[in-house]
Amino acid sequence: MQSFLDVLALSSDQLLHGLTITVAVSGVAVAAGIVLGALFGLALTYGSAVLAFPVRVIVDVVRGTPVLVLILACFYMPAGIGLSPGPLTAGALALTVFCASHIGETLRGALLAIPLAQTDAASAIGLTFAQTLGYVLVPQAIRQIAPNLVNTAVEIVKASSLLSAIGVGELLLTTQEIIGRSFKTMEFYALAGGIYLAINLLIATGGSWLERRYRLR
Amino acid sequence: MGYALDFAAVLRGLDQLLWGLALGLIMGLAGLAVGSAIGIVAALAHVFGPQPARTVVRLYVGLIRNVPILVLALFAFFALPQYGIRFSNITTFAAVLAVYAGAYLTESFRAAMITVPQGILDAGRSIGLTGSGVALWVVLPIALRNALPSVGNNFISLFKDTSIAAVIAVPELTFQARKINNESFRVIEVWLTASFLYVGTCALIALTLRRLEARFPKF
Repeated sequence: MQSFLDVLALSSDQLLHGLTITVAVSGVAVAAGIVLGALFGLALTYGSAVLAFPVRVIVDVVRGTPVLVLILACFYMPAGIGLSPGPLTAGALALTVFCASHIGETLRGALLAIPLAQTDAASAIGLTFAQTLGYVLVPQAIRQIAPNLVNTAVEIVKASSLLSAIGVGELLLTTQEIIGRSFKTMEFYALAGGIYLAINLLIATGGSWLERRYRLR
Repeated sequence: MGYALDFAAVLRGLDQLLWGLALGLIMGLAGLAVGSAIGIVAALAHVFGPQPARTVVRLYVGLIRNVPILVLALFAFFALPQYGIRFSNITTFAAVLAVYAGAYLTESFRAAMITVPQGILDAGRSIGLTGSGVALWVVLPIALRNALPSVGNNFISLFKDTSIAAVIAVPELTFQARKINNESFRVIEVWLTASFLYVGTCALIALTLRRLEARFPKF
């Protein structure tokens, strides 16, 4: 029987590849989710009813549905209209929509929490709506939602482990493959857990550094 | 591409879906009950306990909140039996859920405890309560009440997390939906229905919580 370290040495490339996919798919989902979430947040706060209502439905449905169901839905449903995205595309899409819905809702809250007097003051000194948004509201709202953004990023990294259920070769599926060959169940699940822990602590540390760096005053 | 919606296969499986939903709710409630007990004890230890207790609580919360629940579930279901700790998949998942929820609930209860105004603690001391008396008879009752909204939100996420039990073959809603999906290929209908059931249940839970919060307003 091979020792844990032997197996680890043999499978380190494979593990590293899985880790890369986990980091890449989480990174893409968070980046795209921030962009889409910003649009969602603006539509929810300032959009006309025609725009805000569909966004509200999307955001509420996504937030009320478990991530695993979103992932399975993104994976299986497109077949109904003749599309067949690979598991990676479907998974990245599901995580992006999940991320965007959470960010959109948080951003709406943050924008609404800024006193209306500031918007009035901005228009009194002649700023357009876009300028008000860019110079007055968004800089405050971003600081307000920063802790939430960090939490969401951590949730996305954790949720990316669910992509193993549709066959994306990310860290957890790779771990399961290695366990299937080596039967080092305890060791490799603990290792995978440790790696997720390390990624998320890194995100949390980076996040609080950024928060301190850009604190107002 | 024509795709005519046909809910017949889903309707035939509706019983299974609803039983799956009930199973998810039961696991969620069990996780909430045990998790709340863990959370209350851990929060008390963190706020009123000695330094070593605080460190243990901080490690527990930091570890559990940063590891995917799926990894915890697979670990508990596949690794622990090698060391003689063996339960059914439903019990295993409920236990994992409780440990997972406990970490989040610790934070909820802790936040509620440290926001109890100092004046109330002083009042407790001035009528002759000891330190632990103040913790148990003054801070805890107020904190339990004030933590209600946060605990409620935790329960909603907990209920959604029960879908992950599908991966270790617990026959809850997501597992049943995937089974119908694979047997009937009614891909759109199945996932629309599953999502509708989850969203509807979450909305009902949220509604119940708002009423509970109105009944037990914050102190």
